[in-house]
Amino acid sequence: MDDLKKDFKQERHEDYAVELIEITKKFPGVLANDRVTVKIKKGEVHAIVGENGAGKSTLMNQLYGLYRPDSGEIRIFGQKKVFNGPRDAIKAGIGMVHQHFMLVDTLTVAENVVLGNEPVKGLNFDLKKARQEVRELSEKYGLYVDVDAKIEDIPVGMQQRVEIIKTLYRGASIIILDEPTAVLTPQEVEELFVIMRNLQKSGKTLLFISHKLNEVMEISDRITVMRGGKVTGELITKDTNEREIARAMVGRDVVLKLDKAPHKPKEVVFEVKDLWVKDNRHLDAVRGVSLQVRKGEVVGIAGVAGNGQSELVEAITGLRKVEKGEIIFEGKNVTNKHPRILREMGMTHIAEDRLKHALIKPFPAYYNVVLGRHYKRPFANGAFLNHKEIKRYTTELMEEFDVRPRIIEHLGGNFSGGNQQKLVVGREIKAGPKFMVVAQPTRGLDVGAIEFIHRQILKMREQDLGILLISMELEEIFSLSDRILVMYEGQIMGEVKPEETTIEEVGLMMAGKRLEEIRGGRNEENN
Amino acid sequence: MKKIIESIAVPVISVVIALLISALIILAIGKNPIEAYGKLIHGAFGSQQAIIDTLIKTTPLILTGLAVGFGFRAGVFNIGAEGQMAMGALMAAVFASNFGGLPPAVAIPLTMLIGMLAGAGWAAIAGFLKAKTGAHEVVTTIMLNWTTTYIASFVITGPLATGSGTPKSPEISTSAQLPILMRVGAMELSAGIIISIVAAIFMYVFLSKTTTGYEIKAVGFNPYAAEYGGISVAKNIVLAMAISGALAGLAGVTELMGVHHRFLGELSGGKGFDGISIALIGQNNPIGIIFAALLIGALRTGSNEMQFMGVSKYIVIIVQAIVIFLVAADRIVKAIYARKKVKA
Amino acid sequence: MRILSAILSIFINPQFYKIALTAATPLIFASLGGVFSEITGVVNIALEGIILMGAFTSVVFTYFTGNVWIGVLMAIVSGILLALLHAWGSIKWAGNQVVLGTAIILLSQGLTGFLMEPIFGQPGQTNFVGKIDEITIPGLVDVPFIGQIIGEISPFVYIAFGCVFFGWWLIYKTKLGLRMRSVGENPEAADTLGVNVHAIRYFGVIMSGVFASLAGAYLSVGEIGQFKELMSGGRGFIGLAAMIIGKWNPIGAMFASLFFGIFGAFSNQLQSLQEITVASNVKSLFDTIPFILTIIVVAGFVGKSRPPAADGVPYEK
Repeated sequence: MDDLKKDFKQERHEDYAVELIEITKKFPGVLANDRVTVKIKKGEVHAIVGENGAGKSTLMNQLYGLYRPDSGEIRIFGQKKVFNGPRDAIKAGIGMVHQHFMLVDTLTVAENVVLGNEPVKGLNFDLKKARQEVRELSEKYGLYVDVDAKIEDIPVGMQQRVEIIKTLYRGASIIILDEPTAVLTPQEVEELFVIMRNLQKSGKTLLFISHKLNEVMEISDRITVMRGGKVTGELITKDTNEREIARAMVGRDVVLKLDKAPHKPKEVVFEVKDLWVKDNRHLDAVRGVSLQVRKGEVVGIAGVAGNGQSELVEAITGLRKVEKGEIIFEGKNVTNKHPRILREMGMTHIAEDRLKHALIKPFPAYYNVVLGRHYKRPFANGAFLNHKEIKRYTTELMEEFDVRPRIIEHLGGNFSGGNQQKLVVGREIKAGPKFMVVAQPTRGLDVGAIEFIHRQILKMREQDLGILLISMELEEIFSLSDRILVMYEGQIMGEVKPEETTIEEVGLMMAGKRLEEIRGGRNEENN
Repeated sequence: MKKIIESIAVPVISVVIALLISALIILAIGKNPIEAYGKLIHGAFGSQQAIIDTLIKTTPLILTGLAVGFGFRAGVFNIGAEGQMAMGALMAAVFASNFGGLPPAVAIPLTMLIGMLAGAGWAAIAGFLKAKTGAHEVVTTIMLNWTTTYIASFVITGPLATGSGTPKSPEISTSAQLPILMRVGAMELSAGIIISIVAAIFMYVFLSKTTTGYEIKAVGFNPYAAEYGGISVAKNIVLAMAISGALAGLAGVTELMGVHHRFLGELSGGKGFDGISIALIGQNNPIGIIFAALLIGALRTGSNEMQFMGVSKYIVIIVQAIVIFLVAADRIVKAIYARKKVKA
Repeated sequence: MRILSAILSIFINPQFYKIALTAATPLIFASLGGVFSEITGVVNIALEGIILMGAFTSVVFTYFTGNVWIGVLMAIVSGILLALLHAWGSIKWAGNQVVLGTAIILLSQGLTGFLMEPIFGQPGQTNFVGKIDEITIPGLVDVPFIGQIIGEISPFVYIAFGCVFFGWWLIYKTKLGLRMRSVGENPEAADTLGVNVHAIRYFGVIMSGVFASLAGAYLSVGEIGQFKELMSGGRGFIGLAAMIIGKWNPIGAMFASLFFGIFGAFSNQLQSLQEITVASNVKSLFDTIPFILTIIVVAGFVGKSRPPAADGVPYEK
């Protein structure tokens, strides 16, 4: 192991905005934080980096008062603090912008900002004053929001700004941003960085939690790296690079790009024509999408969450009604057909939310593994299940896909996230499909599991499967896809090949610019 | 073995706590709970006649327990067992009074079938509404319960009225009556008990061995994942409610064919609601349900004798209510159990 | 033709509207109770049982003290106690709220039935113990038509409407109400801002107990002055249906309750029309109407009106 610790000059408590000293936190079965010490200077942008499961979120939740440390000390501006809940942390000047926004959909922006600290007039809630105060903050810090809009009606970028205003309303001088860029386009990320620099200039201290190394390199002053609950690196940003950070994050040299065989697609196996789909609120989520997938190719759909990808996937896999348009599988029209028919024809689906959609937690592994084919031979004879064959198959699958623990009776909900996903991936692949829909396959997984699943996808591609990949991780899209489509507000902004485009170009499409505009505009610049 | 103990710990402890609390209530009205419970046990098991009486009372309870328990396995809460039981008995009574010309080998299965279909159909209404519109089955089945009460009242005071006194339907033909297994004094134990045990076996086999059982369980645990896996959630909700209703209807029809031989207002008499506590005590497992039904059947039989010392039969409902509460909030009992384990 | 004009004559009879109001009154209380509980995220089907217990308790204490209003007060106490039991099981122990509600309904039926003999010496129903008389509002009672409806009517009707407006003000105009709504939609978000999710939910459930017990008190000492077994008669569930139609809004629930009241009054008046002769047992079929109506309404409205997002889901960190 190669711990990297640089020497910091001895400094006094008062120079630090936050000192987390020897913080230890244990949950049943896992030591989430193991004597973690992190010191954050006043007025700096400090990044805390690590994979999923490294312990960053747990650490921040203790700083915000949602959990109490089992042992260790927290000092804010030199003063020892014990937080019994978020109110205490808020009083100490700490604010948190959560990864999954903590907003009440049916209330307005102003109501969300003041909730818990509402201005009052007599016995009544003073909505007028709330709106005024939020508007003032919005203008002061350049965070544009519509104070009377309901959260469910505003775009994700504005929702994030509301989260930031929430912290400023409560007088935060230390702001924690937990994976803030996961839901933003590359351009919106730049806008966020501008906001962050402004906040820094007005004296705030910022904690930036992320696993995206390029962003960390761009915005932070210093970096703390965590792995397996421990601190494995303390770095000064201008003196380090992405490889060094990655090595401290993972503990070994990381393969950043897998080998991919050249693109040799065969005939079209799956097609979508001018598809229109509504979301849960009866608004158009997919607006006239057309695409094709051939055997032996991976078609990647990039896009920020909330632009219709989920609804597109659900429509394709028979879980949501198609309002207009056609879905064609191996030449046959399968629009609005039930998932059973699609599965029988050879389509499988690795779902975006595995706990909600793909796995039945109280079922043992051997029941989960046959879901979708449970009524067919060899798993069933007529009306009765063939338990012997089901169990044999499960043992085989768990071996092939390295699912641990190798206990077929283990309940689905008791496996770790990575192993649950391996079960699901194994089930969908071993069903021998002709076409697979793969949605956010590696969300929340550690590097080892991510590598494994990427290898499986490329293997399927070599075996002439058609694969439709939907992901919000641009790196994943770039490294796996043969062709990339970008979705924005329910429409395809353009189609490119990964070797013929740039992150910047894809980012512009994710933000709403069509390919022709981008390339047309560039041509004009060159003339 | 440990697993079995762990799974029965919650219901058993819940029953014990319920009996203790009820003992306090009995004390509060100035009666001696030990004497009361003594009469209860004697009334249920104290003589051959008592035991037969208990078994007679247990028969429909096994079936309503299976009905509610089956529903729970499928993720639906069938409070409507009460109305489905009455509807099954009512429909069967309407037809079975005319089966005089048929041999028992035909009349009995036919009557059972009518009762089961009536119960299934009545429950399927709620199932269909839930599948199609999301209407909560608790509200719809309770509304259907009330509707059944009034429909039944209309039928037996009008078109089917017989004789004077309590409203009742005509007697069903003897060929449609269940054979008697045992007779002690005035108590006659019919073949209904065998039917209910067979039904329990059926439920066990169906849920653990068949593909439809797998699908119903999947829908009960996670309808999203079930749909994703190609299972029709709508079809299985309706099917589960229908099977549940059929079991409740069978309870009604065995009471009709084995005990009363005609439809009366009190035929269902709360047995559908008893099914709820029975399913919960039995943890929705057929074997557990048989034991739980026996417990409630014993309580109901024994409480008749307890009445003579001034402790109302309603105490049995109170016991059941407390048990349902503790099983639904099972963490209470689990916390007590865990603390006892640590001390041990 | 005669039948048609007879039916129309129902609507010009002020008695019809008065009956509609009094029939709606317990539903207004019940649906308001449902709103208070569910808007904070706790499903409370125990309302039926709390209504029954309220009806019983008010009769018991009127019987013992001779004072009807003490009876009503104690009914509220009983409602708070039963609601606390439901809240305790649902919130602290995160139990299945629907099953817990059923347990409370059964407990209520069991206790009221059990205590009939020891207290009143007879099962089934009590004798007359005392009733809250209608109040006459001078001036109002002389107004033509309207005066015959609301000029001389049980004070409970006025109390019910008062509660609705109180509920509306509390939920939409105060900071407590803002917190209640947030806790029912996204308890985690409220928690991260320091709002005490559990305390707010206890409040919502307890208030539902207060209102439901008032419904019960009205049914017994407000209308007939005695208690009869199972006299809650499904009103707790109809109240929940009114809550759904009313989209979990006190005013909406009030209008929905009035709708049910009107329907009930219409069915009632129809039966007493001389022009329509029906056998006495067909009357039973008329009695099914409110229940079938509830089914239709619940099935038709459920998809269209959205409950609070966290309704029925226990909150745990």
